[in-house]
This record gives sequence, C-alpha cells and structure tokens, in this order.
Amino acid sequence: MLAKIKTPQISRRGFLTAAGGAGVGLAVGLSLPGFAPKAARAATDGSFNPFVLIAPDGTVTVLAKHLDKGQGILTGLTTLVAEELDADWAQMRADHAPADVEKYKNLFFGVQGTGGSTAIANSWQQYRKAGAMARAMLVEAAAKQWGVAASGITVEKGVVAHASGKQAGFGDLAEAAAGIAAPADVALKDPAQFSLIGNPDLRRVDGVSKTDGSAIYTQDIVRPGMLYAAVAHPPRFGATVASFDAAAAKTVDGVVDVVQIPRGIAVLAKDTWTAFKGREALTVEWDESKAETRSTEAIFAEYRPMLEKPGTPARSDGDAETALADAAQVVEADFEFPFLAHAAMEPMNAVVDAKPGTSVEIWTGSQLPTVDQTVAGQIAGVEPGKVTINTLLAGGSFGRRAVPNSDYVAEAVQIAVAIGGRAPVKLVWSREDDMAAGFYRPVYVHCVRAGLDADGKVVAWQHRIVGQSIVANTPFAGLIENGIDGTSVEGANNLPYKIPNLSVDLHTMDLGVPVLWWRAVGSTHTAYAVETMIDQVARAAGKDPVDFRMDLLSEHPRHAGVLKLAAEKANWGGPLPEGVHRGVAVHESFNSFVAQVAEVRVRDDGSMKVERVVCAIDCGVAVNPDQIRAQMEGGIGYGLGAAMRNEVTLTDGEVDQRNFDTYEPLRIDDMPKVEAYIVPSAEAPTGVGEPGTPVVAPAVANAVFDATGNLIKALPFARHGLV
Amino acid sequence: MAIDFTLNGKQASVDAAEDTPLLWVVRDRLGLTGTKFGCGIALCGACTVHVDGVAMRSCQTSVGDVAGASVTTIEGLESAEGRALQRAWRELDVVQCGYCQSGQIMQAADLLAATPSPTDEDIDSAMYGNVCRCATYHRIRAGIHRAAEILKA
Repeated sequence: MLAKIKTPQISRRGFLTAAGGAGVGLAVGLSLPGFAPKAARAATDGSFNPFVLIAPDGTVTVLAKHLDKGQGILTGLTTLVAEELDADWAQMRADHAPADVEKYKNLFFGVQGTGGSTAIANSWQQYRKAGAMARAMLVEAAAKQWGVAASGITVEKGVVAHASGKQAGFGDLAEAAAGIAAPADVALKDPAQFSLIGNPDLRRVDGVSKTDGSAIYTQDIVRPGMLYAAVAHPPRFGATVASFDAAAAKTVDGVVDVVQIPRGIAVLAKDTWTAFKGREALTVEWDESKAETRSTEAIFAEYRPMLEKPGTPARSDGDAETALADAAQVVEADFEFPFLAHAAMEPMNAVVDAKPGTSVEIWTGSQLPTVDQTVAGQIAGVEPGKVTINTLLAGGSFGRRAVPNSDYVAEAVQIAVAIGGRAPVKLVWSREDDMAAGFYRPVYVHCVRAGLDADGKVVAWQHRIVGQSIVANTPFAGLIENGIDGTSVEGANNLPYKIPNLSVDLHTMDLGVPVLWWRAVGSTHTAYAVETMIDQVARAAGKDPVDFRMDLLSEHPRHAGVLKLAAEKANWGGPLPEGVHRGVAVHESFNSFVAQVAEVRVRDDGSMKVERVVCAIDCGVAVNPDQIRAQMEGGIGYGLGAAMRNEVTLTDGEVDQRNFDTYEPLRIDDMPKVEAYIVPSAEAPTGVGEPGTPVVAPAVANAVFDATGNLIKALPFARHGLV
Repeated sequence: MAIDFTLNGKQASVDAAEDTPLLWVVRDRLGLTGTKFGCGIALCGACTVHVDGVAMRSCQTSVGDVAGASVTTIEGLESAEGRALQRAWRELDVVQCGYCQSGQIMQAADLLAATPSPTDEDIDSAMYGNVCRCATYHRIRAGIHRAAEILKA
C-alpha cells in the first residue's frame, strides 16, 4: 500500500475515466456527487474532492489531504471514513492525496496544509461525510441490484446485506455504485453508534510497512537516471557566493556536474556518498557583506534591555502597572529561551524532475504542498498547476517541513533547472546541513511580574515577551494583527487564570536568522514562563500549586478538568520515594487542554532524572485513543529533550551545533515512564500532535524547584548542571 | 574494485571504493532503502544492520570491511527475534514517523539474541545509541519486553 510509489494524478477527469474502467470502482467526494449525471454536476460548485476509493477487490483507500509525519493522520482520517462507511478495519488502506488546493485544502487554512494540530479537527465532518456518502451509494446500488428497498439493507464490517439473505462486499458493488447519483446530503452517525472512532484496539495503517523496511520516504525515492545532489551552504545566514572553484570536485570519480544556485553550490553525482565527497572538494568564497554575524550572546544582550520598555499590547485587562505598584508582594522573573532545531530523523530532502518552462514533478513530504507548488512553479517558469507533488511519508518534521519559502524544495528545483532538467535530482541534506542551514524556534526573552495582595490573592500579572516574528516577511505575514504575531504570544495572551489586572505585550525583533514554527510554536516558551511563574506565585501565597490553580480556573472547566484528572492519577500530595519531587503544569494549545505531573529525582550531585510523567488531555472526541496516548508520550519526550539540553547557538553568526554530538537528542535512558489519560468528551475533536509538548518542561522545572529552591530561568537545564 | 559479500542470504558484488560506507552501498547501489541515513557519524543508529549477526552502524562500516561477511538488513531480518519484534511493534503500535524503526528493530534483535529476558536497564543500555526523535522510547521498551514474551511462548 504505502510501500508502492504512486504518482497520484487524481483529477476529476481521471476519476471519471477510471470509474468507467476496471481500475477504480467508486470514488466519493464531499461537496459533489462524483458520478452524478452531467446536469447534476453542473449544478454544483464544480469541485470534486475524492477522498475514498473502493477497488473491485474490496479494499478501501482513503486519500489523506494531510501529511503523515508520524502523528498518525493516515490512520486518523481512515478511521473517520471507515466508521461512517461501516467498513471492516482490515480492508482499509490509506495514501497521501496529491497537491491540489481546491480539492484538498485545510478547511481552517484555505491552503493545503498540515499544521497547528488541525488535521483531525478540520476533517472531522468532511471525511465522515465522505464515508457516509460512499456507504449510501453502495446501499443504493445493492437495492437496485436486488430489487429491494434501501431501507431494508444493512452494512456491517464491510458486508452489505438484506433480510432476504442477499449479501455483497464493497468490491462487488463498487462499479454499480459508481453509476449512482450521490445523495446531496447524508446523515452522520450518533456518537453512541461509533465502533471504530474511539476504539483503542485499531492499529495504525502503516504499522507493517514501518517495521519491515518497505515504507517509502523521500530519502528512498529513485527515478530513472536520477542524480544525487549535495549543496554547499554559506557558513553564515544571508551570505552569498562570491566565487567558487569546482575543479577538484569535478575530479572526484562519480561527480557529474557542479552548479551554482542562489544559496550556494550544488554538486551532482551518481550517488549520495559521492555527492558528499564532491562537496568536500569544493572551494567557495562567500560574500558576507549582508550576512548575520551576531553571536547568540549578543542577541540576548540586545533583547534583555527591551524588557524594561513597554511593548505592543497583546492583552490588557484592568491596570496591571498600578496593581503591581500597590501589591503587597511582587514575584518576578526573567526567562531566556534558545534557538531550537527541529532535527527530524530524516534530514530535509526532495526529489525533482523538472522540464523548465513545461512541467515539474516533485517527490517530498511537505506540510505545505500547495505553497511548494507555487514556489517551484516560479523557479521553473511554469504555472502552479503544472507542478505535480507526490507526498511521501515524512521521517518526522515537527514544523520543519512547513516552510513558507519552501527552502529545501526550492533548492532541489533550482538544481534541476540549473542542469536544464536533463535528469531527475535528489537533493540530500546531511545531518550537518539540516542542523546548520536554518529554521529554528526563535530566541525569546520574557519577563513576568505577578502581584499579590495582603491575603495572598493574585491581583496583577504583567508578561512581556521579546523575540523574532515567525510569520513576518513571509506569505503568512497577514496573520500579524495590530502589530502582534500571534505565534509569539499564544499561550501567554490567553492566560486562563482569573486575574483582574493583566497585561501581555510584545517586542518584535529583527534578526537575520531564519525561524519557524517548532512543535507547539509559541507555547514552547510561553507555557514555561506562565506555568513556572504561577507555581512561584502559589508558593509565595503559601498555597498548594494544584489548589491554587484550580481556584483561578473557575471559568475554565476544561483546564480544571485535565488538572484534576492528572493530579488524581498522579496521587498528587501522596508520598514519594526519597529524593523524588513532583511538579505540575496545565496548558491549552491548539484548542486542546493538557495537564502533566512530573516526578523528578534530583540526585545529591545536582543531576536529575525525570522518572514519571502523568498526563491528562482533553481533545474533544478521542478518535484514536491509542494514537492520542502515543502523541502525548512522544510530545513529552520531544519537549523534555529540548528542555534538558538542546540549544542552537551562534558564534559570530555561525551555527555551533552540527550533529547529534553537539545537539544531543533525548535518548532512551532519559525517557520517563508516561501515563496518558484522556478526558471523555463529546466536543468536536481538537489537536493532539503538539499540545503534549509544551507542558512537560514547566512541570519538571516546578519539581526541580521543589527539590532545590531554584527556579530555572534560562533553558536548557543543562546550563545549570542538571543534565 | 569488486567487493563480494552476502546480503540477506544472497551473494552481492559491488564495484566500489573500499572506504565507501556500507550504508550508501546498500541504499544507493543495491537498492535496499529500509536502512536509513540519520547522522552519518554513528550517533543515531538509524543505519543499523547486522554484520555476521552483530548490530553495526552501516554509516561507519566500510564496504571493504564486510568483504566475505554476511550482512543482514531490515528487509532480510528473518531471525526469531526479528519476527517477534516486528509482531510486538505492530501489536503495540510502537512506530510514529517510522524512520528510525528499522535501526531500532535491528539493534533490539541483537539485544534479544544475547539477552532473552532483558530488564529495563538492559534495554536502556543496549538501545542508548538509537535515537527516535518522535520519542517512541516508552513503547520501544514495551515492545522489547513483549517480543521477549512472544519468544518464550
């Protein structure tokens, strides 16, 4: 299924053609009855969104408009369809849909995109309707074939049956169903009828191919005559090629060509290793007149004084300044957050077959395929519609494969165009390229000041944030409202705690370092500042951190719900082994609510080990409970690893970290035991890919404070000898 | 020069410089892509294969060094340990992105062959060099325990 490389070019015409043949039995779209007579089709908006294919052998393939980068969205979307289709899980397959904004846009974004933990949330009705529509067409076909009323037909586990004893599989009916007008509207199941949604026993659709080596990622694509490319990037961001000498590189056996592209010099070879060797033999002189040459220390030194000046308001309730001045007690801390690399297991890559001026075909795993389509079209001089994108499984991403300027895809297209399209090109970044070529979680500094009155009640909260905007100077800059890039302040400006005087403001800084969303985006830093500070305030008030939060969350039952569940499951307040301390944090991100209790052993030598994390999430209806738990486990590991010891630093503008020796990832012995619990909910489903990530660091920091009396204000923890 | 070795039970012969990493020979020359490139310096384990039954990082193993040896990749993993691990991985849905999992399974098969009933500490120690950026470690531990159970059944 996923092991096969497909070239899906699923146009409406293609479907209609295929439906008449033997290949595809039934295809179902949401807004348009796919196989309705022409007159009926003309009465609709003309779009055709094929999400469901039923083959004559009865297998049902769900075309996912979202990229599976590990979060399990192929499984999730397949679950939605299978539920309403009343299919047997064993007959379900999944594949990525092609890039096509009209058919496959994210209903929240308006572009085809996977991000912001929106994949299930925006598809919840759409994919269920697609399944229900296919079911209705199969039933109608059976009714006609058997000469019975549709109302007497049942569908269960992939079997269409009638009381008369007649029965058929989906494959038997697919061709006939394809000739039937799809219903204009279909009823969806009552949640009480769900048997697959919410079922913890469903296994991932990619579980086999990812354990026998057959799953295909971009890294594994081979095209006839393909050349492998490695690019020499400038050592500093913004530098350009002044001159280069390719003579030595060209003498490396197997090097085929050396070409200049806007960001550097590309070496093309007959295999990856030769391309890397050829690159080593290059001599490049860089023009650094426009390069970013600041060190991270200089960046922090520029940011820190900004904390003294009012920024652009992101939220203003009451009068925080006056309330702080009048407070009986003020608790205050400054925080520093480093650049972070995504460091997905699969380094960035793309395969491109370009026919400049005519067409481009791309193989990659992209969170923003239709953005890549536009960028690639501009480079190759073709309309976006002439750019075909084959979406492959991604070996992780964490936001890295959602690049507004399509950096690595653009590079691959530039190389393919530079050689006149004479061969397909596979661009392979090494780990060092991946680490040093940019796109980091930005550096931020924060200051939080909280005021308590004489009774220990928190009356004022002032939160100031200084950092780069992720969306500025990108096609997403329109997201900036009233001078505020929401990604800089999310998690701070929606503080749920009931505090009468509250201000959040922002200084947006300009820097030549490419920055990007990193799993959980703004919450990666705001949750840390907020949740460690609220703990500090609780302690200053002499209150228990859980009770104190609960009191302030009276108007936020879903925050309170997860906090209560996590505290109960962790036996909050109960005895602990000697040397082990608890910390708690609760945070909303991407419309989901997560609380975590961390149990941390702080040893006599000052080092620490996170032994257990108890997590509770409220994400609305739990579509795939086991995958939600997996995302909590993985999100906790991802957030913990970064908080423990990850930072990207610059020396005179040059990235210091190059590989996993200097950017040491979380390893198995660092991984705590994780228990994840899901709050039962009838609300529409919300995100799970990101919300588990930002909560663990403050929970751990609060436990460390409990042990040591020291609040860790600058991340990572390794700076403080804890790791 | 031609270098001969056994790959997944079959004779393989490649014309390559002796210092070419086995990883790139297996992937680019012999077309077996289940073995993954992650770091290139033996710090992540995504490229783990078995050489004469022992887990090795193929990015730091020269093809010249495996001349005459028997190399097994994920595609050819047919040992009882390997089968049990694959079954356990599927039962527990260990994978997320899956990119590191070939290497995880190859390393775990090596562990189980030597230590049929590993403790958590044994697992942490044997699997330390295999990075999973999705942090599926929690389930990797459970998967190895489950595979050990399957092997005993």
